[in-house]
Amino acid sequence: MKKLFSLIILLLSFTVTMAQDDAGVEMADVMRSSGKIYVVVSTLVIVFIGLAIYLFSIDRRLKKIENEK
Amino acid sequence: MKFIYQWWWKVLAVVTVLYTLVAGFLGGVPRLFILHETIRNTYFHVPMWMAMFTVFTISVIYSIKYLNSGKEEHDLIAVECANTGVFFFVLGLITGMIWAKSTWGEYWSNDPKQNSAAIAFLLYCAYLVLRNAIDEEQKRAKISAIYNIFAFPIMIVLIMVLPRMTDSLHPGNGGNPAFGKLDMDNRMRLVLYPAFIAWSLIGLWIATLRYRIRLIEYKQNTL
Repeated sequence: MKKLFSLIILLLSFTVTMAQDDAGVEMADVMRSSGKIYVVVSTLVIVFIGLAIYLFSIDRRLKKIENEK
Repeated sequence: MKFIYQWWWKVLAVVTVLYTLVAGFLGGVPRLFILHETIRNTYFHVPMWMAMFTVFTISVIYSIKYLNSGKEEHDLIAVECANTGVFFFVLGLITGMIWAKSTWGEYWSNDPKQNSAAIAFLLYCAYLVLRNAIDEEQKRAKISAIYNIFAFPIMIVLIMVLPRMTDSLHPGNGGNPAFGKLDMDNRMRLVLYPAFIAWSLIGLWIATLRYRIRLIEYKQNTL
């Protein structure tokens, strides 16, 4: 009986871990709700667009050189 | 080979990366302990490795083709793809180290995944050093093509197979679940898979640019 009781207690202790609320995990919700994450996103987007334009211009210049031959 | 001079897939790659930047930061992700917002690193760290695999695969294909055909161009493609692959290798290692610092506690914790990735990195460094050590063109191309064909499967085994057979902190290894059912959801897949394709295309683009420069140099030298 005692064994069974402790087994049930042990099993029930699992539910505590399962019931852990994921709302406790810190996320950058505040940042996003205040709109500031958009600043970072736009910076990254601009950086990447800049790099892409750079790659495209290298590509164009190469094409010019290739056509000369 | 005509496609390397075309624009459409380069535009596609850039647009898709821009999509992953926006969706990757603003989209929803699972709330997980330890990871928190760093889970978004998945969109940028893992695609570096995908881009590396893509260009290394093309490199080994052209090494085999070189051995078949003996065309110098094929060797040039192989070496420039390997160069680009090493570049993405470094990016993958560094981004992984930064991520490891916040989730595993150390930049380098001698994790099997990290160690074998470092060995694979040296493997490809050896390829590039080997090339520079041989002066004669045909000999260099032939030996490095054979080396590349051996290095590629060893790299795959080192990065993808061996860490999975032992315990590792990296997801997908040992007893750890991969970024699978437990820590990934379909919202993330909608960003991650396009990111794989986009960054692979970016890697391919850089490799083709390097190849075209190398080709011009080669033609100038032979004239």
